[in-house]
Amino acid sequence: MKISEQDIKTVASLSRLRIREDEAQDVLFQLNKILTYVENLQALDTTNVEPTTYALPMQNVFRADKVKPSLDRELALSNAPLKEDGYFKVPRVLEV
Amino acid sequence: MSLYDKTAHELHELLTTKKISAAELTADVFARVDEMENKVHAYLTLTRAEAEATAKRVDEKISRGEKIFPLEGIPCAIKDNICTKGIRTTCASKILENFIPPYDATAYQKLLAQNAVIVGKANLDEFAMGSSTENSGFHTTHNPHDLERVPGGSSGGSSAAVAGGEAIYALGSDTGGSIRQPASFCGVVGFKPTYGRVSRYGLVAFASSLDQIGPLTRDVTDCALVLNAICGHDEMDSTSTAAPVPDFTKSLVADVKGLKIGLPKEYFVKGIDPEIEAAVHAVAKKFEELGAQIVEISLPHTEYAIATYYLIAPAEAATNLERYDGVSYGARVDGADVVEMMTNTRTEKFGAEVKRRIMIGNYALSAGYYDAYYLKALKVRTLIQKDFTDAFEKLDLILTPTTPNVAFKIGEMVSDPLQMYLQDICTVPVNLAGLPGISVPCGVTKNNLPLAFQLIGKALDEEILLRAAFTYESLR
Repeated sequence: MKISEQDIKTVASLSRLRIREDEAQDVLFQLNKILTYVENLQALDTTNVEPTTYALPMQNVFRADKVKPSLDRELALSNAPLKEDGYFKVPRVLEV
Repeated sequence: MSLYDKTAHELHELLTTKKISAAELTADVFARVDEMENKVHAYLTLTRAEAEATAKRVDEKISRGEKIFPLEGIPCAIKDNICTKGIRTTCASKILENFIPPYDATAYQKLLAQNAVIVGKANLDEFAMGSSTENSGFHTTHNPHDLERVPGGSSGGSSAAVAGGEAIYALGSDTGGSIRQPASFCGVVGFKPTYGRVSRYGLVAFASSLDQIGPLTRDVTDCALVLNAICGHDEMDSTSTAAPVPDFTKSLVADVKGLKIGLPKEYFVKGIDPEIEAAVHAVAKKFEELGAQIVEISLPHTEYAIATYYLIAPAEAATNLERYDGVSYGARVDGADVVEMMTNTRTEKFGAEVKRRIMIGNYALSAGYYDAYYLKALKVRTLIQKDFTDAFEKLDLILTPTTPNVAFKIGEMVSDPLQMYLQDICTVPVNLAGLPGISVPCGVTKNNLPLAFQLIGKALDEEILLRAAFTYESLR
């Protein structure tokens, strides 16, 4: 077993996901199967191999620091599940 | 005369010679949609009113004697992870069920600039994660060649729409084969351009270092026309390349004399469908007869590509999908506090495969596992890319199967995610290396299912792929 039920609870919580009791065994089984499969990379010696994050060589891209029109505020809020006075509205974050 | 099964370049000719009107063409394609859609289910949203309005505009332009663009008035499907201003864009996810983008993706904008007629938004696996459209949060698309089979994925709605006559061409996106594999399953041409050729602005992010938009078309000529329309640098996407864009129609030359084509032994994997193996060897033989040189080659790190991909893509996806938190857009499921609200939203609205990949990704990125999983995968990515760089020192292109299997039956693989991942063996190395790849139809199996081969080129050398594919298509 690469990953325990407790590991899955931790990673689910980090991912802001909840695993239901009735699906826990299947999730555990599938993730273990996948993580066992990807172990085959360990067979490769990668000493002195540089990691590749982007396939093509790329450098920082700069643009002129000019003011341009941006997305209209109402439009930016148009898909918000809940809004008020031009703001996104969320459940209370701080205890009072 | 039925119009829905013609190519864009044939229809352009009919439009410019006034043999048909754009309104007639649009009506014909929508009549076909009405006939097919309850069997194929290629679309998530149909945009008939917009399509008819555009067609009317095109007809007015033609009647004024104005010149029209190659894709002007031609009906197309847009994969539903490409943002279309004012038109619902769901990514086939319940979490974006009611999302109306406030802006257009650049690639789509470029089609609008040509007055392309948009038939609708095509189905996909949720957030483009899958190989069959069975992971769609709404419905599974059926393969028009055999309704019991999948159309491939994730761009399965796009490929089925083109194959079924419900669009003349389509835009898809390809992160690990999501254009080429469904193209091969549905018997159409599918092209993944070099990473950076097409702007990703407005393409809902799955794995940002791998995602690329590209066309699904009826033939290679249409493929070149769509590439001409959508490629090019975009200041809204810092990873889009500034390399000049050639006129891709100039590559539509039937001549492969002197080309060196590599046949990598690792792509003819154990368990490959013998009919696919035979078909690809027959294509190699055809290229040889036409004057190309076929060279047996080795890409030794191919066997590590799936593991590399299924660490890197989920890691990037886990990061990209953090934004679906029930705050600024998308669905929200209430909870007692912010964390519970976010957890409820993501738990209820994401599908099983998306959750699985988010968890693999976050696991691979987490403290204690980062070096062993994610960093290791990035290093192996270097080795996979180097295989190609070394091979291309002596080659012009590489010929492989697109997939080890033809279209499989709906439900056949859903219970085994890893088995589904292994289907991507011939396509993921191309994304990891950022190279261009095309899937080209090459006949059918004895059960009448489409067969296809893949050509892989050097970075930014889309032209040689188009030339070889066009040669095969015209002289086969």
